[in-house]
Amino acid sequence: MSAISPHPGGALVSGGILPKWAPYGVFLGAAALSAAVLAAAGSFSIGLTLVFGVLLACVAIYSWSRAVEGPRRAVDRVVTMAIASAFALAMIPLASLLFEVAKRGLPGLSLEFITDDARGVINGGGAAHALVGTLVITGVATIISVPIGIMAAIYLTEYGGGKLRRALTFFVDVMTGIPSIVAGLFAYALFELFFGPGIRLGVMGSVALSVLMIPIVIRSAEEILKIVPNHLREAAYALGTPKWKTITKIVLPTAFAGLVTGVMIAIARIIGETAPLLVTTGVIDSINSDPFEGRMQNLAVYAYSEYRSPGVDKAASYERAWAAALLLIAIVMILNIVARMVYRRYKTEIR
Amino acid sequence: MLGAADKKRSAVESGSEKVAETATATAPGDLAQAPMAAKAKTIEARNVNLYYGAFHAVENVTLTIAPNKVTALIGSSGCGKTTFLRSLNRMHELTPGATVEGEITLDGEDMYASGVDPVRVRRLVGMVFQAPNPFPTMSIYDNVASGLNLNATRIKKAQKDEVVERSLRGANLWDEVKDRLDKPGLSLSGGQQQRLCIARATAVEPEVLLMDEPCSALDPVATLAIEDLIGELKSRYTIAIVTHNMQQAARASDLTAFFNLEESGKPGRLVEVGETETIFTNPTQKATEDYVTGRFG
Amino acid sequence: MPQVDTTTNAGQLLAAASGGRRRVGDRVFSNTATAAAVTILALLAGVAIFLIAKGMPAFTHSASELPGGKTFIDYVAPLAFGTVLAASFAAIVAVPLAVAVALFITHIAPPRVALTLGYLVDLLAAIPSIIYGLWGIFVLGPAAVPVMQWLEEKLGFIPFFAGPASATGRTMFVAGLVLAVMILPIVSAVAREVFSQTPRKLQEGAQALGATRWEMIRMTVLPFGKSSVISGTMLGLGRALGETMAVTIILSASGAVTFNLISQSNPSTIAANIALDFPESSGLAVNVLIATGLVLFAITLVTNMAARAIIARQNRGE
Repeated sequence: MSAISPHPGGALVSGGILPKWAPYGVFLGAAALSAAVLAAAGSFSIGLTLVFGVLLACVAIYSWSRAVEGPRRAVDRVVTMAIASAFALAMIPLASLLFEVAKRGLPGLSLEFITDDARGVINGGGAAHALVGTLVITGVATIISVPIGIMAAIYLTEYGGGKLRRALTFFVDVMTGIPSIVAGLFAYALFELFFGPGIRLGVMGSVALSVLMIPIVIRSAEEILKIVPNHLREAAYALGTPKWKTITKIVLPTAFAGLVTGVMIAIARIIGETAPLLVTTGVIDSINSDPFEGRMQNLAVYAYSEYRSPGVDKAASYERAWAAALLLIAIVMILNIVARMVYRRYKTEIR
Repeated sequence: MLGAADKKRSAVESGSEKVAETATATAPGDLAQAPMAAKAKTIEARNVNLYYGAFHAVENVTLTIAPNKVTALIGSSGCGKTTFLRSLNRMHELTPGATVEGEITLDGEDMYASGVDPVRVRRLVGMVFQAPNPFPTMSIYDNVASGLNLNATRIKKAQKDEVVERSLRGANLWDEVKDRLDKPGLSLSGGQQQRLCIARATAVEPEVLLMDEPCSALDPVATLAIEDLIGELKSRYTIAIVTHNMQQAARASDLTAFFNLEESGKPGRLVEVGETETIFTNPTQKATEDYVTGRFG
Repeated sequence: MPQVDTTTNAGQLLAAASGGRRRVGDRVFSNTATAAAVTILALLAGVAIFLIAKGMPAFTHSASELPGGKTFIDYVAPLAFGTVLAASFAAIVAVPLAVAVALFITHIAPPRVALTLGYLVDLLAAIPSIIYGLWGIFVLGPAAVPVMQWLEEKLGFIPFFAGPASATGRTMFVAGLVLAVMILPIVSAVAREVFSQTPRKLQEGAQALGATRWEMIRMTVLPFGKSSVISGTMLGLGRALGETMAVTIILSASGAVTFNLISQSNPSTIAANIALDFPESSGLAVNVLIATGLVLFAITLVTNMAARAIIARQNRGE
């Protein structure tokens, strides 16, 4: 190296460079210092320590780097530290939320919570009716949304052309942006027409959720069908295969894992919906598994109503709300993780 | 050059002998009589013009694809030879906006006549593609049987086994895969995959095989194996093959059609067609001579 | 080629029986796909038609007939104000953070962990809104009380922080922060996508000139991603405008029209107002709520369309 450089040890390493641990060391030092000063002033808190720690670390790394590496590297250092801190800041809510839900939800979780309903119980009971409601409402929504969504995606990728295709693409975008409460109002308005004012049914909630779920299913199915290579369709056509069999026997099986994953993620997105169900399925305290008769309630609405209208023992109600939240978050996480695993494990390798 | 060709021919002979032997041992008579008896069909194209929307891709081609012969379509990139090939089994029209003018007949029957089902045309005129494309969800066995399954041909399992074996033998692949028929088609090497695709195409017993640069994704050894196979298949099928590789056209084909493009943006045209030997040694057109001697393209 | 015997082959191509049967299968399948497409358009038309039909009475009846004795415009205006205020505050907080998160994942974090970090951010988007609401009222709200007091003391001269600071945390400030957390993954997903697509040649060109990482980001990545960040912001805004439960739970709404983010008296939002009042409403009150839903639909539609238009323009420009 020194042979190339006219000034041995000069051009490449002039001004020097900070050690690798510099950003971490500076941050830890700054945080320790602010903790000590805050403790001395008698107003120690983790939040304040982090705030002052980051500010102090930014100043320190800038000064140090400027002295050793020059002003341009110094700006780079301080911006990098700021961006990393911002990322950490954005992760705090996630960490806090998961921790709090686990901490506050675990005490309320018990076998009774899952197996008992709240019928005739003044204060207490379980969420079995809400679990049943979640399954039925989400299940019916899935039954409505998946065939329509996947067939529409097939239309877009395999058939569509011209005006209808462009209209569908545009309106699926519109549909993606419908606020969930508006979807609920739509389902209410639709059913009120047939059943009169004040109607509340499980299936109304399913219709509302379908409005939210269909565009998600279409988008993910469309993406996955698009990556099925065209040469596979052509190979089937060249064997004298009709188009519909090419789609059902070649395209769909090739895309199968992706389609399943997309549907599972769509279910995860709607299973925790609250607002559209408040205006369509209402609240109830006993098990009802018939979506076409009477009120129903899902876990999210259960958590909300335990919070909004607590029993005599407020703390116990809140505990049940958190237990429902924990159950819900566990279902959503499991759906997401299993969906990703399904895709990784079973996706068709296409070369 | 001559020495290499001789060696190749002897390889073909010994290869086919071996196939014939094993065939008689396992399935007496079945394979032996199938090749000889077949009299394949003729495709005739008259004044064919092909378009992609407003773009005129191929102009006024009149060409006969003779039975039990290999016809090579050669020419520089973009001259329309693949487009023309795809019009011979109505694959061209699958591209949105693509249209066909003129007449293409299979043994005198117009395959573009109204009332003709393009699906039926493709049953009779099979196709092998540039890159091997076995169905990724299917095993080796199911890939070969896919044509039968997809066409809802109701046949017994034993019969299906027979077709699969015959097709794989016909594609010189049986000995390499007979112990792992349930493995995915994609587990094979590139050259094996392409032979699998040829077996898949022949399993539905088409009359004509179209091949679109079937060796362009393969290494030289695999290429030679496919060329040998093409030489064997012509006893049963009419074969048209698009190739960029002039040695391949010279080695593997009986007839050669040269397509050319006067300038980009203009449609491709058929310059001349004739016995492969004539085209390569004594072409009538200057453009053909320039191309086959490597002065152009 | 003389030996072609057309008589024995006649009709082979035209095997009408099997061809005809196939066409039935094709027709049924393609019609089903088209029907699904049409159903979706009909569904969307249904959403618009039913909301308009059910909301209409709110526009046609006079103030004295409507619940609360106010005209519909007077009723919905403060709600629309609250909706836009909450969503805007959320976007102002979330966008810089989301851009930083996207930059961190695409250009700063080691590629080995970037995928996992991206997954963590996506996890934020998967959490149901009811849980954000509970977390906001029980955890973030109490934690924010000292911050709001500090804001009132030190920055009270700014109308947003005029105070008096709420002692419960049920304020626009906290609701907006929760909305910010909820839309952060949406904005950052769009930004991440485009940042990672910044052409390599641009980045390498900048680095070949001796630019530091930040200079390279400033010179190539940020200009390249600018319009996508704007459209991502609009998408996030659309989500925040329609978000219901977090606001319903957190906000203690008094109907006041004020920019003061930290006090006890706050405007409500359209969505939260529907969620709170709808279960107990009947008669004309239901029509009024549905009409407010229509207004919300219109606001989010305009926002989302603007976002799509920006994306479309950018795609055309490429």
